Amino acid sequence: MAQVQATKFKNPVVNWIDSRLPIFTMLDHEYNHYPMPRNVNYLWAFGAIAGIMLVIMIATGLFLAMQYSSHTSLAFDSVERIMRDVNYGWLIRYVHANGASMFFIAVYIHMFRGLYYGSYKAPREILWILGVLIFLVMMGTAFMGYVLPWGQMSFWGATVITNLFSAFPIVGDPIVTLLWGGFSVDNPTLNRFFALHFLLPFVLLGLVILHTAALHVCGSNNPLGIDPKGPQDTVPFNPYVTVKDGFAVVIFMIIFAVFVFFMPNYMGHPDNYIPANPLVTPAHIVPEWYFLPFYAMLRAIPDKLGGVLAMFGSIALLFFLPWLDRSKVRSCKFRPVYRQFFWILAIDALILGYAGSQPAEGSWLIIARIGTFYYFFHFLVLLPVLGKLERPRPLPNSISESVLKGGGAIAAGAHAKPMEKA
Amino acid sequence: MRALKTAILSAALALGIAGAAQAAEGVHIPKQSWPHAGIFGTIDKAAAQRGFQIYKEVCSACHSMHLAPIRTLAGIGFKEDELKGIAAGYEVHAGPNDAGEMFMRPGVPADRFPSPFPNDQAARAANGGALPPDLSLMAKARVGGEDYIYAFLTGFEEPPPDVHVMEGMNYNKVFPGHQVGMPNILQPDGVTFADGTKATVEQQAHDVATFLTFVAEPHLDARKQMGVKVILFLLVLAGLMYAVKRKMWSTLH
Amino acid sequence: MAQTTHPPGTGGHAASGGEGGSRRDFLYLATGAVGVVGAASAAWPFIDSLNPAADTLALASIDVDLAPVAVGQAITVTWRGKPVFVRHRTAEEIESAKTVNLGDLRDPVADDARVKKPEWLIVIGICTHLGCVPLGQKVTDPRGDYGGWFCPCHGSHYDTAGRIRKGPAPANLVLPTYAFTGDAKIRLG
Repeated sequence: MAQVQATKFKNPVVNWIDSRLPIFTMLDHEYNHYPMPRNVNYLWAFGAIAGIMLVIMIATGLFLAMQYSSHTSLAFDSVERIMRDVNYGWLIRYVHANGASMFFIAVYIHMFRGLYYGSYKAPREILWILGVLIFLVMMGTAFMGYVLPWGQMSFWGATVITNLFSAFPIVGDPIVTLLWGGFSVDNPTLNRFFALHFLLPFVLLGLVILHTAALHVCGSNNPLGIDPKGPQDTVPFNPYVTVKDGFAVVIFMIIFAVFVFFMPNYMGHPDNYIPANPLVTPAHIVPEWYFLPFYAMLRAIPDKLGGVLAMFGSIALLFFLPWLDRSKVRSCKFRPVYRQFFWILAIDALILGYAGSQPAEGSWLIIARIGTFYYFFHFLVLLPVLGKLERPRPLPNSISESVLKGGGAIAAGAHAKPMEKA
Repeated sequence: MRALKTAILSAALALGIAGAAQAAEGVHIPKQSWPHAGIFGTIDKAAAQRGFQIYKEVCSACHSMHLAPIRTLAGIGFKEDELKGIAAGYEVHAGPNDAGEMFMRPGVPADRFPSPFPNDQAARAANGGALPPDLSLMAKARVGGEDYIYAFLTGFEEPPPDVHVMEGMNYNKVFPGHQVGMPNILQPDGVTFADGTKATVEQQAHDVATFLTFVAEPHLDARKQMGVKVILFLLVLAGLMYAVKRKMWSTLH
Repeated sequence: MAQTTHPPGTGGHAASGGEGGSRRDFLYLATGAVGVVGAASAAWPFIDSLNPAADTLALASIDVDLAPVAVGQAITVTWRGKPVFVRHRTAEEIESAKTVNLGDLRDPVADDARVKKPEWLIVIGICTHLGCVPLGQKVTDPRGDYGGWFCPCHGSHYDTAGRIRKGPAPANLVLPTYAFTGDAKIRLG
């Protein structure tokens, strides 16, 4: 961004401000002229969709916080007051609750898009690492948010997840006591979770800004995984990509609205409409769907510490992904062997998710173990080895050549085509 | 001694529920047809009013509904003066007065439905150790929702010969573990409906389930109506956005 | 805000003008307008959620029994979170409120227009200057120069009809909406 030249604006006030604080120049360059590879497909809209979801979550969360009481004796009833008495309170709460799920859907698609097209490879390592950090902070925020209504699932989810830390030898128990601020999940826990749940979204916002800044240094990846060679390979972000992303956002909002208005509790759990009871654990407790694959890994390992390490490890290894994948080719389009394994990983994640929702016994336990094994095998063995063994297909010379001439020798050219006139 | 008995009973009940959950996994809860189901479904107000009558005459002897204010009933068609009459039929705690004493006063629509027992312990003590759950959110707090309520209320039957029902318990085919402290409370013509509807057990179960659906989600009708408008709006916007996008990208070559 | 100058060669300029330009412009305008309407509608639930909730509104009216209040006494009741002054006025107080020359008042209102029954003066006990609660309810309180209420914050004096007579307050004490439901029973709100 350092090489950026100041933009001349029509409005003298804007110019006056801009010559002292070049914020308009920055916006102009980053969101107006920012060259976007012209062949990106609709999967590239999920970054923008996730960003909008974050804004929606912060807005609804702020207005919910104005009505919510973070005390164990009031929390459940105050949420019900929001649902019953506050004007449009039911709408704001259902948007917030379902918004968490929609946010994760957007982010998961965004992550798998990155995996498929190799968006984590040089020079985008920092971009990817910031993304994994965003994912981690999101998980923490979502977990603490789920505790706030103080229903049965809130309470027992908080109990189980905080107890994960007790798996660590020596420091484990003191850490759990510290997290709780007492000897069980109780009022101090609820209060601090509320404070952190309010804070973390702004940390998230900061990380998202860094994530975008890092993106704009090296530019967006594209379905071919090759760098743009000049203006003929790109379009200016505005208006082309803003309009395209806007269309994708509206479609996403329609799906979101179906959940909010017609099945608002579909992704929740009935037990969370029962007030927290520290003496009775629900018969079958499960986390929210977006944690299920990790929950399956936790339970797949028959050892307490082992399970916890597997769960944390499954996310930690994502930080090292740019160096685990030894292939120089980014896009799966040109990696016929890895592409098969990518889809196996995607299916593996879905199976792990389903296994996580089932009682940890019998065949589902075995399936969860196989799934966990494959997950680690994929990242720790397959990726490094395939990079050496696989013979990628030839890459096209440039994006414009591939787009305009139907991709030349590339069989996957049809995939890049939708960008042409869609 | 009594506390010990209560503790043992409630522990047994808790264990029973926990242990029974697996057994209940296989229980099939049949779907009923509800006027409030579907995209355009709205609460059947007449049924909900009958359901309220059953709640008042039958359920509320043991079950609280403490999250719902009496004024909520305006949503199923009760008029202002009817609400005042209903509310005045309840005695609510108030005070302290100028002498510093708590007293009872007739209810007003802003009051919540009074609970039959002052606290959970009293409720357990009066019900053989079992706690009658609060009904405010019952339709959202059970897998199956209103279908579960209907199946539960119509699910009392003679136990199979190989099942030994514990003393003070009753056999219900959909309750987790099949043994429940609540007796088969709905009787044919156990209530008399003002609108002349015949009070079969199925009719009563249906009406109570409708009423509890409304109480758990008083804005259900408004939510669906808004949903239809929002989605129609978004479809129009999506169509326009798509047209803009096509036009704009068509200029690229 | 910023004029959009697209790099040459990208075809960015073609987006406006040319044949079909006006139809295209209309499409862009219509889409923009629909988008703005959507954004504005989405903002309303947030704003309205800050308004009083249903439980607050439901408590907006209360009944008060005035029978125990003897002549010369005053009570304060809470209504919508605010103090309401109810004063059982003496004959002299009524007399002095009625005989004031309206021309001398900052906010001229006749006493008849401020009470429903002459012996009962009912006003919201909040100074119209900056929202303090004036003194004068207790017999030991200072009642100001006009025998009504005196606001200690900035020295406003109110008379026995709750009218502003001296000090910075711009208007008389506000009258709540109320009605007599019996001889000595009122409903506020």
